[in-house]
Amino acid sequence: MAKLIKHGEIVADEWKVFTLPAGEAPEAAKLPAGNVLVPPAVWQARKLDLVHRAWDQGLLLGVWLAPHEDPSDIADDLADFSVIGIHFPTASEGRGYSQATLLRTRLGYKGELRAFGDVGRDQLFFLERVGFDAISVKDVLGAVGSLRDFSITYQATANEPLPLFRRGGAKEAA
Amino acid sequence: MYAYNEADRRLIAERVIQFRDQTNRYRAGRIDDDAYRPLRLQNGLYVEKHNPMLRIAIPYGQLSARQLRMLAHIAQVYDRGVGHFTTRHNFQLNWVRIDQVPDILDELSQVDMHAIQSSGSCIRVVTSDALAGVAANEIADPRPWAEIFRQWSTLHPEFAALPRKFKVAFTGVPEDDASVRTHDLGFELVRDAAGDLGFRVWVGGGLGRTPFIGKVLREFLPWPHLLTYAEAVLRVYNLEGRRDNPYKSRIKILVDALGIERFAAFVEEEWAQLRDGAQTLTLEEVERVVAHFAAPDYDHLPRLDASFEFSRRFDKGFAAWVRTNTHAHREPGYLAATLSLKAPGRAPGDATADQLEFVADLAERFGFGEVRSTQTQNLVLPDVRKRDLYNLWQEAKKAGLATPNVGLLTDIVACPGADYCSLANAGSLSLAAAIQRHFDDADVVAGIGELRLNISGCVNACGHHHIGAIGILGVDKAGVERYQIVLGGASGAAASLGEVIGPSLPAAEIPEVVVRLVRFYRTSRRPKERFIDTVRRIGMKPFASAVYGREISNIENEREVANG
Repeated sequence: MAKLIKHGEIVADEWKVFTLPAGEAPEAAKLPAGNVLVPPAVWQARKLDLVHRAWDQGLLLGVWLAPHEDPSDIADDLADFSVIGIHFPTASEGRGYSQATLLRTRLGYKGELRAFGDVGRDQLFFLERVGFDAISVKDVLGAVGSLRDFSITYQATANEPLPLFRRGGAKEAA
Repeated sequence: MYAYNEADRRLIAERVIQFRDQTNRYRAGRIDDDAYRPLRLQNGLYVEKHNPMLRIAIPYGQLSARQLRMLAHIAQVYDRGVGHFTTRHNFQLNWVRIDQVPDILDELSQVDMHAIQSSGSCIRVVTSDALAGVAANEIADPRPWAEIFRQWSTLHPEFAALPRKFKVAFTGVPEDDASVRTHDLGFELVRDAAGDLGFRVWVGGGLGRTPFIGKVLREFLPWPHLLTYAEAVLRVYNLEGRRDNPYKSRIKILVDALGIERFAAFVEEEWAQLRDGAQTLTLEEVERVVAHFAAPDYDHLPRLDASFEFSRRFDKGFAAWVRTNTHAHREPGYLAATLSLKAPGRAPGDATADQLEFVADLAERFGFGEVRSTQTQNLVLPDVRKRDLYNLWQEAKKAGLATPNVGLLTDIVACPGADYCSLANAGSLSLAAAIQRHFDDADVVAGIGELRLNISGCVNACGHHHIGAIGILGVDKAGVERYQIVLGGASGAAASLGEVIGPSLPAAEIPEVVVRLVRFYRTSRRPKERFIDTVRRIGMKPFASAVYGREISNIENEREVANG
């Protein structure tokens, strides 16, 4: 089973990511069993269906966003989701960092925010700073340490509401 | 200049540890080339034609004598005793070893230097006016703002994987010495009607394959909003900028596609959400940073210095150097002096370890231990007493640093070219040397007057050929090294992009082409008219005829071909 780094711990990943096959209508999509992250198109098309499925089977709800998808399109339903996944198809795809920032600081999403895709340990520190609390890393070995690469940050971000100069950190050497 | 505090210092120390670990994992085969590339690039490490190249950051061009000595030491120990100053406040070493780069960064961190974000698809090294803080006509010193921006942009987690590189500049003078108009984002210090300080914000300028002069994004941004506004611009770019084609991914393409009005509306909408938030600057923080740039302890000197005036009158060589290489200073009795890195036969911007050591000594003897790197690849001593200038000139001459050519034809700006760079089509450096050989008479060069000549080895335009009065661009036509000639470019407040005058020409003909252009200018100019002004007055066609030796009736068609 795949591994997640969650709040600094390595845990098993019990979620599946469902990708709508090309040409298939969201209404017709056949979902795998268990907890599943669905694309917003499937969520929008089958809200009731998904809610009932979760209720009947004791499952949780989740969606995942591709880089081009706007988090504000799911803004009204955020309270329904236990997990929102953000996909990084390549390490150089940086829109996910802004999507996460918007979900956390603008739209007030409080549930699990998960990064998956081409994610290595060298992205962990930045991912956590923009609000991810669960990260599916390609090579989990030794990766947790990278969450502590830096003890100094200058900016206000999702996990740190104040910039260094408002935290009393920008003081002159004595 | 800015002195690091404990937090600033700890951050770069931690960056060294992180990069050492990344490099060790790469060398142990735990990260492949593709995964290592963005990691090393964000730390200025390229893998070039012959060898890795390390690009060290000199944020807004400020160097202390101590830092300069460290650069000399590093060039000596880890390279071949020479380094290269770029057009954007960077210092490049062309012969480093990957396994030694963490050690180099460790040594740099001892003097508060680093290579953070000197490359890669992120916010790059912030640039500014070479004469910041001493220019006589300054609205306000841009350096504190550049430093505040440096800190904010350093390891910003949201903007570490942008569609493409992102270059930011600050200028404190109306003449725009920092070329904010050719940057992705530029901040021009201005005062509003009430006298309050703020910025005119420029966006979407840039050279490269598709050059643009920037557009005004906002006429006046009050200073407290610098960072929230920058965040809004960067977020819009990060989310909306193209990522499908690296040649279409800069913010200038997005601004052009949307139009400046729509782009500005996007930014304003985003900024409305960020405005007055936590990232808004406090007076306390600004005052803290400004205090680092307080004027040094200047002597109270008379405006005129008799010995300086005497030397200038009786030593022609000194007078020529003073005319071109010194600049007005806000403090009476002082001048700023440029040490030219454009001696004949030397690659533009190159400095040896010995020269760097020597410049550090000069900075301490003839100033307050500070040096600036310029966008034209020279070094500036910002605070020289007029009475010391003759001594300085004699000393600098001995070290080959007193070529009297700043702003003149032989003050050539050039990229490293095909000798080092894997992208280049053409040997920019040997071409620069060939042109300098054709203009080896300093009196002739002085007589030509102000003329900016820029050479880029390929369309990526690192030598800024679009903003040279004469720009030369290396192109590859079926494996043959050829050059296009571009005329009419300028930087600063009157920035303009040069245009190709006709079909490309073989390398061997280029020096002679420059000679013909200059000869034609000299017969066409009005009294005291600069080269660029003559081009603007009479247009390019007569210059093209002078180059190609005939009337080019269908020059438009040929230009199409050349551009295609």
